[in-house]
Parts: sequence; C-alpha cells; structure tokens
Amino acid sequence: MTNLSTVSGKPELLLRMEGIYKSFPGVQALSDVKFDLHYGEVHALVGENGAGKSTLMKILGGIYHKDAGRISLEGKEVEITSPAMAQQLGISIIHQELNLMPHLTVAQNIFIGREPRSKPSFIVNDKATNEQAERLFGMLNLKLDPNTKVADLTVAKQQMVEIAKSLSFNAKILVMDEPTAALTDTEIDELFRIIRQLREKGVGIVHISHRLEELKQISDLVTVMRDGKYIDTLKTGEASIDQIISLMVGRTIFEATPELPENPSQEVVLEVRNLNRGRVLKDVSFDLKKGEILGFAGLVGAGRTEVARAIFGADKYDSGEIYIKGQQVHIKSPGDAVTHGIGYLSEDRKRYGLALGMDVKENVAMAAMKKFLSRIGWVDFKKISVRGDDMVKALNIKTPTLEQKTKFLSGGNQQKVVVGKWLTADTDILIFDEPTRGIDVGAKSEIYKLLNDLVHQGKAIIMISSELPEILRMSHRVVVMCEGRVTGILNAGEATQENIMKFATMRSSVIQPSS
Amino acid sequence: MKSEPKTAKTLFRSDAMQRIMAFGALIVLSIGFSLASPYFRTFDNFVGILLATAVNGVLALGVTFVIITGGIDLSVGTVMTFSAVMTGVFVTNMHLPIPIGILGGILAGSTAGLVNGLMISRMKIPPFIATLGMLYATKGLSLVISGLKPIYFNDTPIFREIAMGSVLGRVIPGFEVPNAVLIMFGAAIIANFILARTILGRYTFALGSNEEATRLSGVNVAVWKTAVYLLSGLFAGLAGVLMAARLNSAQPALGAGYELDAIAAVVIGGTSLSGGEGSILGTIIGAFIISTLTNGLRILSVPQEWQMVVTGAIVVLAVFLDILRRRR
Repeated sequence: MTNLSTVSGKPELLLRMEGIYKSFPGVQALSDVKFDLHYGEVHALVGENGAGKSTLMKILGGIYHKDAGRISLEGKEVEITSPAMAQQLGISIIHQELNLMPHLTVAQNIFIGREPRSKPSFIVNDKATNEQAERLFGMLNLKLDPNTKVADLTVAKQQMVEIAKSLSFNAKILVMDEPTAALTDTEIDELFRIIRQLREKGVGIVHISHRLEELKQISDLVTVMRDGKYIDTLKTGEASIDQIISLMVGRTIFEATPELPENPSQEVVLEVRNLNRGRVLKDVSFDLKKGEILGFAGLVGAGRTEVARAIFGADKYDSGEIYIKGQQVHIKSPGDAVTHGIGYLSEDRKRYGLALGMDVKENVAMAAMKKFLSRIGWVDFKKISVRGDDMVKALNIKTPTLEQKTKFLSGGNQQKVVVGKWLTADTDILIFDEPTRGIDVGAKSEIYKLLNDLVHQGKAIIMISSELPEILRMSHRVVVMCEGRVTGILNAGEATQENIMKFATMRSSVIQPSS
Repeated sequence: MKSEPKTAKTLFRSDAMQRIMAFGALIVLSIGFSLASPYFRTFDNFVGILLATAVNGVLALGVTFVIITGGIDLSVGTVMTFSAVMTGVFVTNMHLPIPIGILGGILAGSTAGLVNGLMISRMKIPPFIATLGMLYATKGLSLVISGLKPIYFNDTPIFREIAMGSVLGRVIPGFEVPNAVLIMFGAAIIANFILARTILGRYTFALGSNEEATRLSGVNVAVWKTAVYLLSGLFAGLAGVLMAARLNSAQPALGAGYELDAIAAVVIGGTSLSGGEGSILGTIIGAFIISTLTNGLRILSVPQEWQMVVTGAIVVLAVFLDILRRRR
C-alpha cells in the first residue's frame, strides 16, 4: 500500500461527518455532531458513558442510519446503508465483542464469504487461503499462524485477526472500540506498533478509549463528545489530561444546593475488605455507614455492578471479607444476603427486579414469601394485599389497582414496586444500581426523595450511578472505581465532576480521602 | 509463520484426540464382546453389525451437518419412511424404472428438507419446532399415500439387490458384504468431502460457530442454512431407499424413532449440540458404537429393553466425557 497521506506536505482529508443527528425512542443520541479524519491520522474519540461515541461510529459502519447530516469519503458524499456497504467503502470497525467464528481457523475467518476456490468452484482452496493470509500478515509483521483455530488464540491475537481482516478489505478507515481493554502491557505495545505501521500506510484510525494516558501515547488528535454533542478537537500533543477531562464533563449542572439528608451516623453497617474476583475486581475495600448514601461512580466496565453482585451473593468471588455490623458474614447466595438484610435493585429492573407478568402486590411480597404463609403453608393472599396496599400508600406508587400487572407501570413506578419488595423483606442495606435509568425527570425527583426518606429511617444505601449530577446531588461520599479497582473515596466536599472523572480514568494507585 | 505452541493441553482438547478416543471406545467394546461370547467374533456377525449400521449411518450423515450448525432435525426418521413410501409408489405402483424411482425417493426426502430449511431460515421458526412439525406431517403423509399398507417390491426383485446383494462378494469370493454397507461408506466419503472441502461445509461450521458474525461478513445465511437442511433431507431420502431395499418393502408405520438413533450416533461421535464442530468420521464411529453395543448385548441375551437403557447411558456418558475433556 502506498502512502496516501500527504499531498503537498499536508495530510489530506479522508472522512468528513457533519451535522449528524440520531435519535432513538425517548433519547436524542446525537445532535449536530461533526468528525473529521485525515489519511495517516490516529484520532482518539473520548467521552463519558452515553456521550454518543459508539452511536457515531455505528452510523459510520452502516449499523445505524443517521436521521440527518452528511458523510463524505475522500471528497465524495456517501450514504452508508449497511455494514456490507461500509466494508466496500473501506470502513472497518473492530468492536469490543469480536466478530469471529471461534471454531474456524485464522485464515478461514479472514476470508469468510470470499474463499479462494479450486476447480470446480464449490471446493474451497485452503492452501490458497492460507497463503493469502500469510501475505497479509507479512504486510504488518503480524505473528499469526493461519491454521490456528481462533478459539485457541489469546484476545490480543484475535484482535490481530480482525485487523488483518480489515487490511484484506483494503480498509482506509479503521475504527477500534476500546481495543486495549483486555490486553496486557506487552500486547498493548504490540498493538500500538501495528497501529503506527497502519498510520505509515496512510490508514485513518479512530481510537475509542477512556484510557487517557494511552491516548496521549498513540493519537495525533482527540475529539471530545458529551451528551450527544460535539465539544472540541485538540492536538493530543498540546492537550493535558486535565483539559480533556474537563471537556468531557464540563456542563452547567442544574443541581440546586445539594439537599443532602442530615449527616449519617458513624456506625458502620457494612464493611468490605480486599474483595477480589479474577480480573474483574481487585482489592476492593470500603465501608458504609448507617443513614448514608454512598455513591459509586466510574465508567462502564469499572466493576461497580460486580461489587454489588458479589456482596449480594449473586456472583462468587475469589477472596475478600465482608462484615455486617461488625460480624464477618459468608454470603453464598442472594437468599443469604436477604437474610442478612441486604437488598439489591439491579440495573435492568425489567429483567432482574420484577416479574412483569405478575401484579403489584405479588411483586412486593416476592422477596419475603415466608411472611405470607399460613401455618400449613398455604399462601395468605389477604395478607399480601394488605402489605401491597401499605407499600402503595407509603411509596406513592401510581397504579390503578394492586392487581395491575407491573409491566403496565411506568419506569418510575416500577422502581418503586421494587423498593417496596425490599422494604417488605426488612432489608437495611440497599444497593441501588442505576436507580433512575429510563425514568423521566419528574419521576426522578420522586426517587431521590424516596432515597432520602429511606436513609432518614436509618437505612444505608449504596447508589451506583453513571450520571455524575445524580452522584453529586445524592451522595455523602463517593467511591470511584476504574477497571476493577477503587481509585478514590471522596467526601461530598471533594467530589466534583472533574475529580470523579479523574479517578474514573485513573488506571492505578489509590488515594484515600483526607478525613 | 508458526507461532502457537502446541501444548499437551491443546492436543488433548483437539478434534483429532476426540475421534481417537471414540475409536478407542469402539475397539474396547468390540474386544470386550469378543471375549465375552464366541458368537460375537464371527465373520457373519461382523457383517451383521455392518448391515445394521448402514441405514442409521446414512441417516446420521445428514444430521451431522444440521447439528454442526447448531440446529436439530427431528424429522429425519419419518422423512426416511416417507421417501421409502414414495420410492414404492414410483417403482411398484407407477411402474417407473428403478433408477427413476430411487431418484424420486431421494428427491422426496430433499423436498422435505427444503421445506424444513425454508421454515427455519425464512419464517424463523426454531429448528426443534419446524422439524417436529415435519415429523408429524411426513408420518401422516406416509400413511395416507400408502393407504396404511406396506408397498412391496416383489415385481422388481432387482431392487432388493441394491441393499442386500453383494457386488463385493462377486469380486472377492467369500467377502459377502452387502451393498448397503458399501453405499453407506460411499455416502460417508462424499459427506466428508462436502463437509471438509466445499463451501457448503465451510459455511456449515461458520454458522454453528457464530451465525451473527457470518451474517455480518456478508454471507447469505438464509440460503446456506436452507441448504444444510436440504442436505439432511437428501440423506434421509437415501436412507429411505436403502431401508426399502433391505426390507423389500416400504413400511409406512416404521421410521419414527430412527431419528433418535441418528442423533445419538452424531453426539457420541463427538459433534457438539451447541454447534461449530463435528466430523463425519466421528458420526460413523458413533453409529458403529451404537450397533456394536446393541448387537453385543443381544448376543449376551440382554433383553431389548435393557439394551435401550444402556444406549441411553452411553449417550449421556459420551457427552459428559467430552465436556470433561474440553474443560481440562
């Protein structure tokens, strides 16, 4: 491949996306976004969860269709209507979940759909397939054996297969989504070497990542997105990490003075020490006080839900200790957790929190059925109705009747039913995972009020959230996680969006709060 | 450029090892039964095992493809009977020449397979349900078309020779191996070629390994899935012709239940029900393990009911051992 990158010394424009709009039911994912890419340029794309980076790239890759806007490739306007078309145009996307067939060999994967044939043409020519693959590997000095089954390769090598596949399509643009997430340091060096070689050849590379120090190493430009909008593009060499972070989060928060509930007591109800689980959780330690809302912040994949699930007995962990009210406990299942007074309101309440086909009162009773059995074991429906009624009144759940199936309730009210379930189970420690996801603004404040009421009553709450304003508004303290580690525990005073984001992107070292 | 070290672990887990272990099991069984009974280790009995495997073997070949794609075909047994009945209709009732009749039978099976494929790939009906429906449909059709009576091939005695005659015996005196056995091995060689060397075989594995990735790579998944089920029906058709020749009649009441033996053979042979891997050699070995087992147990006067219990246990054991082998 000849070097396409320069004409008269300056890099030529390879891709221009402008005025891109995209909405999904209920959310405007992209508004007036622009993105430029030149030949031989490594361009980083950063932003918080939900900023719109993946959506933008999926539009480029033909997986989504834009609502409005223009895409020009090498000066010509194009309409990218399918992944196949994107591939033809020279656009290659390497997703985080690799698109490979594990049982087939490396060469077979690369040439699937375009296998070299023998005579007659229904016979595949494996020899030619391997040879062509070897030639591809030679171009980038990839150390791959075309005959190995993909399932037998490490993740790093599997990524190389995807890169080789893109090359074989003469990709002009390569988009890599979080490519270093599963790699060791040595493998990352190798990946960067390959990226540099591709850059030499004039390929334009889009590198989506939250690992800001890495991006400083490898990228030429960095574009920041926030809330579905284009914010700015900086020369990586001239920008500092702090600068990038403040662009990622800088928004005027409409948060009023944080109406935090009164200060929690000093009584520690839950203590977690050195929780470890494979590569997912590393030495996680923190404590939770009675009457406190402990926020858990971090980017997707930081491990927050995994911590919750480990405490709740939903997942096994490798090592670590959990203490409830000073006593060490060994929680082997959610049932155990409930007995110890822990309740978990999962991220996806429709999948894990409710039985949608059952009604309000049945869902409320679900975690504490023992309470509703008569002496011989029959279910006492009258008792369930009474309790359901109590919860509806106490939590202000808007439902026509107790017999309304929960799938017909709005998101906010569904969430309240789940809270009712855990209150009925007499839990004192509640873990809320993304409590206001999918809930409209009006209902959100009701949930916040509910959280405040709960800690007033002496409950202790862990609140996992990806919405920084929510974390700032509601938390007494904030635990920030990054890639399985607790990178910081901040007091309300220290917690600012910038600070949290700094810790959320910090891949090593732990800093304790000052008090 | 070679780079992946072949550790002992990868060798143990490899496909080749799986087949070696299956073959080893077959040898152990054979030796065991030979030692247990003198009646087992005769040439005639050996031929008997070969013959008993023939029909199921051919049936299992088509099922192998389907299971590698991660699907299932419950209809192969009744499609086989349906094809036998159609052959009877063509040859005996309509007095068509035997080769036409045979082609017709195979075509009947292929058509059923095609319909399965279209239901699964276009209408998105799950394979279990689609082929279950085909099972009932062809069961009924066999009874309707035959008028509830067997169709005999007495007018065309040559027909029986297809299965029970012995071309081999005429060439090598004393080697009276029935033609059906040769047909089975021939079909297996062709099936293996298709699976290992053709584009259809390649896409069979691709679909089973990661259907979505295959689709995103531009392969027309619907067409190739349909082709796999058509192939299954084709082999069921061939099995039907073979069975009709063996029995010198098309028996409309038979057939249901054969699919289980076919699936068992495929699974014992190392093909995973979750798709993506498998082999014809494994399936053939699996088919022989089943018939050797049945034969040996019968010779040892084990009642038929217990034979079935043993077969069931072997199927579960085979899959469990394979799961263990993969995990380690």
